Amino acid sequence: MAALMAGFGLYTHAIVRRIPASLAKEALRTSEAEVDVDKARGEHDAYVEVLRTRLGLDVVDLPADESFPDCVFVEDAAVVCGDTALITRPGAESRRGETEAMKRALKALNLNVVEMTDENATLDGGDVLFTGREFFVGLSSRTNQRGAEILADAFKDYAVSTVPVLASLHLKSFCSMGGPGLIVIGSSEPAQKALKIMQQMSDHCYDKLTVPDDFAANCIYMNLPDKGHVLLHCTAEQYPESFKVFEKLKDYTLIPVSNMEKVKVDGALTCCSILINKKGSI
Amino acid sequence: MTTEVGSETEVKEKAEESADQPDQSEKATEETQEVASAEGEEKGKEKEGKGISKFLPTWLKKQKSLSQTSPTKEAALKEEAISVEKQEEEGPAPEVNGLADEVPEKEAVKSEQLKEKEEKPHSKASTDTEPAKEEKVDESVEKSPEETKETTEGQGVEEEKKEQEGEVQGEGEGGGGGEEGQTSIFQSPLRLVRKTKMKLVVCHVTLLDGTDFSCEVEKRAKGQFLFFKVCDHLNLLEKDYFGLTYKDNHEQTSCLDPMKEIKRQIRSNNWQFAFNVKFYPPDPSLLSEDITRYLLCLQLREDVASGRLPCSFVTHALLGSYTLQAEFGDYEPDQPRPVDFMSQLNFAPSQNKEMEEKILELHKSHRGMTPAQADAQFLENAKKLSMYGVDLHHAKDSEGVDIMLGVCANGLLVYKDRLRINRFAWPKILKISYKRNNFYIKIRPGETEQFESTVGFKLQNHRSAKRLWKVCVENHSFFRLNTPEPPTKPRFLTLGSKFRYSGRTQAQTRTASSLIDRPAPRFERTSSKRISRSLDGAPMISITEAGRDSAENGREHRLDDSKSPLRVHVDNIYVRHSNLMLEDHDKTQDEVLKHQASISQLKRSFMEAPPPSPPQTNQWEKRLTSSPATAVRVQQQQVVSEPHAEAAAAAAAAADFTISDTKESAKTAEVEIEETVVIQEVSKATKPALITVTTDSPASAPTDQETREPEVTVQEEVAVPKDAKAAKQESVSSESESEEEAEYHPNVSVSLSHTQIPEEKEEEDKENEDETAEQNMLAPDVSSHQAETSHPAEDISGGVVESQKEDMKKNAENEKEGRETEDSTDDLMMTPEETPNGVALSEEAVAAHVEEEPEPRINGEPRPQVICYSEPPVVKTEMVTISDTFAAQKTEIATKEVPIVHTETKTITYEAAQLDGTGDGEPGVLMTAQTITSESLCTTTTTHITKTLKGGLSETRIEKRIVITGDCDIDHDKALAQAIKEAKEQHPDMSVTRVVVHKETELAEEEED
Repeated sequence: MAALMAGFGLYTHAIVRRIPASLAKEALRTSEAEVDVDKARGEHDAYVEVLRTRLGLDVVDLPADESFPDCVFVEDAAVVCGDTALITRPGAESRRGETEAMKRALKALNLNVVEMTDENATLDGGDVLFTGREFFVGLSSRTNQRGAEILADAFKDYAVSTVPVLASLHLKSFCSMGGPGLIVIGSSEPAQKALKIMQQMSDHCYDKLTVPDDFAANCIYMNLPDKGHVLLHCTAEQYPESFKVFEKLKDYTLIPVSNMEKVKVDGALTCCSILINKKGSI
Repeated sequence: MTTEVGSETEVKEKAEESADQPDQSEKATEETQEVASAEGEEKGKEKEGKGISKFLPTWLKKQKSLSQTSPTKEAALKEEAISVEKQEEEGPAPEVNGLADEVPEKEAVKSEQLKEKEEKPHSKASTDTEPAKEEKVDESVEKSPEETKETTEGQGVEEEKKEQEGEVQGEGEGGGGGEEGQTSIFQSPLRLVRKTKMKLVVCHVTLLDGTDFSCEVEKRAKGQFLFFKVCDHLNLLEKDYFGLTYKDNHEQTSCLDPMKEIKRQIRSNNWQFAFNVKFYPPDPSLLSEDITRYLLCLQLREDVASGRLPCSFVTHALLGSYTLQAEFGDYEPDQPRPVDFMSQLNFAPSQNKEMEEKILELHKSHRGMTPAQADAQFLENAKKLSMYGVDLHHAKDSEGVDIMLGVCANGLLVYKDRLRINRFAWPKILKISYKRNNFYIKIRPGETEQFESTVGFKLQNHRSAKRLWKVCVENHSFFRLNTPEPPTKPRFLTLGSKFRYSGRTQAQTRTASSLIDRPAPRFERTSSKRISRSLDGAPMISITEAGRDSAENGREHRLDDSKSPLRVHVDNIYVRHSNLMLEDHDKTQDEVLKHQASISQLKRSFMEAPPPSPPQTNQWEKRLTSSPATAVRVQQQQVVSEPHAEAAAAAAAAADFTISDTKESAKTAEVEIEETVVIQEVSKATKPALITVTTDSPASAPTDQETREPEVTVQEEVAVPKDAKAAKQESVSSESESEEEAEYHPNVSVSLSHTQIPEEKEEEDKENEDETAEQNMLAPDVSSHQAETSHPAEDISGGVVESQKEDMKKNAENEKEGRETEDSTDDLMMTPEETPNGVALSEEAVAAHVEEEPEPRINGEPRPQVICYSEPPVVKTEMVTISDTFAAQKTEIATKEVPIVHTETKTITYEAAQLDGTGDGEPGVLMTAQTITSESLCTTTTTHITKTLKGGLSETRIEKRIVITGDCDIDHDKALAQAIKEAKEQHPDMSVTRVVVHKETELAEEEED
C-alpha cells in the first residue's frame, strides 16, 4: 500500500502470448519484411525465459491464436497499472478479438478489470507510456482521443496527457521508461519533438537517455527485489550504437534481448508482455 | 450614540458610494479623529449598550460574552501593533505590498507581540471589553446617525454602517483596524474608535469541520479582519494557505479579498462565509504544524468526497482508511465498527459497501499510527493526485471546444475532458490578461520559435474571466514569488484591475512558520461534531459533512507563506523566466473607480495591455523595477517612510501619464500605467541604489569590507525620498519600454533571504581574501529574444558594476536586517539584491556610472563591466584578461573616490568572443539577484536583463552573474567549475561568455568600523 506510486518498476507477474504461425504472413506491419516464424519464436522463447527464469516473474503464458496474427503483442490489449487493468479497444480491427483472452487472464489475477466499450474509442497499449507519475498517451493511427479519455477515467489518480504520434506506429515505438524518471528516447526528429511535448506537459522533470535508434529506445525497465535496476534492451548485433549507450548505464543489470524478427512486424520489447505487480497491490 | 435605523437600502447605498471613494489619507485622518472622539463617547455608549442589551436576541448576548474574552487579547495586541500600523497608515494607502514584504521581519515581531499580548490579555481586558460594549450599543442605537454618515462616506470618509444584523462588539473595533492592518492580525485601535458609529454585523463562517463559527465584525471591516478572527478561533498560525469564500449574487463562489471591505464584496446581507484552503501546499510535509495539516486534511477529505479531487477506488479506500485512523485511532478487532457507521461517513462520491470494506481492511493495517501520522500519510497520498491543488475553470478554446483551465502551483493546465492537452508553466507565461470574457496568456517563445504567442480562451462571462485571472495572479504570486508584487501606486483615471495578491507568498509563509515557536496546539479532531460529540477528545470524522461550502475557488486570494529550500531552488532556476505579466483588461468605469478606491490598499495591481497587441518595445526596465530586490527595498522604504511612497506614487502617476503619451492608444495607456507603477517602485528602490552607487563606486570591489561603508550611505538615502528623480527615471524608462506589456515580474529573490545572508556577509567582510568568480551567461531566453529581434548585437553584461554595488547594498541591508532577524533558511538562500542598479539604467544611474566609473563600452553600448569596477584606486591590481574579442572592454575603472580599502586585487577574465554588435542600447537592468550562502562560501547570483531598442527592434539580453565569495581560501577552480556546472544545469541553453576571477588580499587593515 504505502505510497500510491511507489515501487515503479516492481513487477511480480508477466503475461505473454505465444506466436501464431499466421504472424509471418498476416501480421500487420509497416514494412514489407519477411518474417521467419521460427526465428521469431526462438527470440520470443528467450524473452520469456528471461522474464521467468532470470527475473523470477510469474509468467502467464497464453496460447497463440491463429486467428489473431498479432496476438503475441499483448501490450496493446491491456493497460495495467496498480490494481487496475484497462482492457483496450485496439485500433486495428483485426486485433480487437485479442482482448478476450487477455481479459480472462487479468481477471484470473484478481485485477480490477475495466473494459473500454465505447465504440468510438480506440487505444493500443503501445501508445501508453506510464512514467510512474503520470500517463502519456500517443494519439496515433491506433489510438484516439476518446480512448485516451477512457484511460484517464480508469486511472483517475494520474494525469493523462496526450502526445501526437505521427511518424511511427506507437508512442512507444521510439521511447520507453529506462528507470524512475528516466525516459529513453530515440534521436529522430519526431521522437525528440514528442519528448519536448511530454516535458512541457509534465509537472515533473524527467531525465532523458537518447539513443541513436528510435526502436532501440523501447526497452523494459524493472526494479526487482534483490536485483535492483534491470533493463532489457536491444542487442549489440541489432543496434550497435544504441547498445553502447545502454552499456554506459551504471548500477543496472543490463540484459540484451534479441528482437530481430518481431521488429519486422513492428514488435518492440515492451510489446510482448504485460507486467503486473501483485505484491504491492492493496 | 444615536440610534440608527439600519435599512438594507441604506447599506447598499453606502456600499456603492464607498466603493468609489476610499481615500485612505482622508480616512486616516478621520480615523484618528474618530478615535479621539470615540474614546470620549465610549463610556456613554457602554451605558446605552447595557440598556439596549435587553433588546438584543439572546444569541447575540451569548456572543458578546464570548467575544469579550477574546477581544481583550486583541486589544492588547492592537495597541502594540498600533505603532507599526500608524506608520503604515501615514501613507495614504497602506501598501499591501509593502506590508507583505515586511512580513518576514514583522512576522517575527508580530509573533513576539502576539505572545506578549497573550500574556497580557488580562490587564487590558477591561479596556477591551468596554469598547465592545460601546459598539453593541451602537448597533442598536446607531442606525439613524449612520444615515448622516452616509453622506460623509460619499466623500470618502469611512463610516460604519450597520446592518440590521449588525451587532456591537469590542471586536468591531478590531474590524476597523482590519481594513488597513495587513501585516498585523490585530488592528490598530484607531480604527476601533472611529466615530462611535461602528456597526457590527454577525458573520457566519462555515469551518472545514462543518461547524459554524459566528463572530461580529464591524460593518466596514475588511475581509482580512474576519479571516484573522477565524484563524484565531482555529488557533491557526500558518494561515496563508487558507482563505474565506462567499457566494456572490450569481451563486458563484468567490474569494473574500482580505484587503477590501467585506461589505463591498458580498454585496448582500448574507454574511455567510466558508473557510477553505486557498493554496494547496505542494508538499504538506513542509508545513510546520499538525493543526495546519489537519485543516488541510479536512479540506481534502471534502474535496475527495465531493469528487472535486478525483481518485481511484484504491486511493479512495486508502485515504479513507487514513481518515479513520486519524479520527478514531486503531482499528479495534473486538468491536468492529458497524457497517452502517461507515456508511455515515462520506469518503467518496460513489461510495459503496465494497469500498467501505476495503477502507476497514486498510484501516487495520494502520495500527499504532497517531492521528498526526495518519494525517501526514493522507496528505502524502493526496498530494500525488494529479488534480491536487488544481483549480478548474470552464472555458472554451479558440475553436469553441469545451475545455477546462486548471490553475495550480506550477502553472496553467489545459484539459479537454479528462485529458491534459496542454500545460503552461509559470515561467513560460509572460503575461496574463483578460478582456471581457476572454482570457489571454502570452507565451514565451520556445527555443525554436521566433515570436511570443498569445493564447486566448473564452470564458463563460466577464466575471469568470476575471476570476480566473485573479486566481492566476494569486497562484503565481504565492507559489513563484518570494515576495508579493510591489504595490501599485494609485494612478489617475486608470483602467484595469489593480488587483494583486496581497498576502504572503509561500516562501514567506514558510519562513514565518519556521519562526513559530509554540507548543503544538491541541485541537480536537472532531470535524463531524454532528456525528457524535460523545467521543469528546476522540477524533471524529468530518468527512460526513458534504454540506459545507467549500468554495471551489477556495484557493483564490489568500495569503500564504511557506518556503522550503527546494522551493527556493526552483525559483532560482526560473529567475530569468520570471517575467510574468498579468493583465486585467476589462473594467467598467465603475469598476475602475472602485479599484482606485482600493488601489491604495492593493498596490500591486498590474495593468493590462491588450493581449494580442503587437510586439512592442521592451518594458524590461519596468520589469526590472519589479524585481524582488527592488520590491524589498520598496517595502523597506515604505516602512520607514510612508509619505515618500505617496509622493513617489504621485510622481509615478505623473510619470505614467508621460508614458502613456509616448505609447500608443488608450489601451496602451492602461497597460502602461501598470507598468508605470512598477517603475515607480523601481525608482524608489533605485534612488537609494543610485546614491549608493555614487558613494560606493570607490569601493568598487565586491569585498565585504567595502560594503560596510555603502551600507550607511544606503540607509541615509533610503530615508530621503527623491520623488523627482523617480519620476524622471520612470519617464525615461518608459521610453524604452514597449506598450505591449505591462509586466508582472515575478520576483525571484526572497525578502527573507535578507535576513539570512546578512550574518554571513558580515563575516565575509572581515575576510581578507575574496575571490569572485563571475560568469556572464546568456540565458536561453535571451537568445530567443535576440532571435526575434534579429539583432546580432549582444549586450555585454550591463549593470555588472551596478550589481556589485547592489551587492554591497545588500550586504548593508542584510546586516541591518540580519541583526534584527536571524534566519536560518537553508543553505540556499536567495538574497534579494538591489535591483535598483538594474533599474539604474535610468538616466541618473547611468550618468552616475559614467561619471564615476569609466565604463567600458562594449560595442558602443555603455555597459558597466564588472571586472574593472571592482578595483579601488588604492588597490593594487593585477588584471589578467583573457579574451579574444573584448580585451578592450575590460578596462579598469578608476574610481574617483578612493575607498580606504587596501586590498590587492587580482582579476582574471575569461571571455568568450561572442560579443559583438553595436548597441546604443541602454544599460542593462538588474532583474534579480540572489545570494546563496553556505558555510564558508557565499554565492551571489545576479541576473541582469537588458533590453535595448535598436532601430525599433528590441533586443533582450539576460545575463546571469554568479559571484562566489569566500572567507577562506577558495579552490576557485573547483568553485568555478561547480558554479558553471550548476548554471548549466539550470540554464542549459545559456552560454558562458565570461569568467572573471577576482582575488583580493587585504594589505592593510580596513578602515571600516
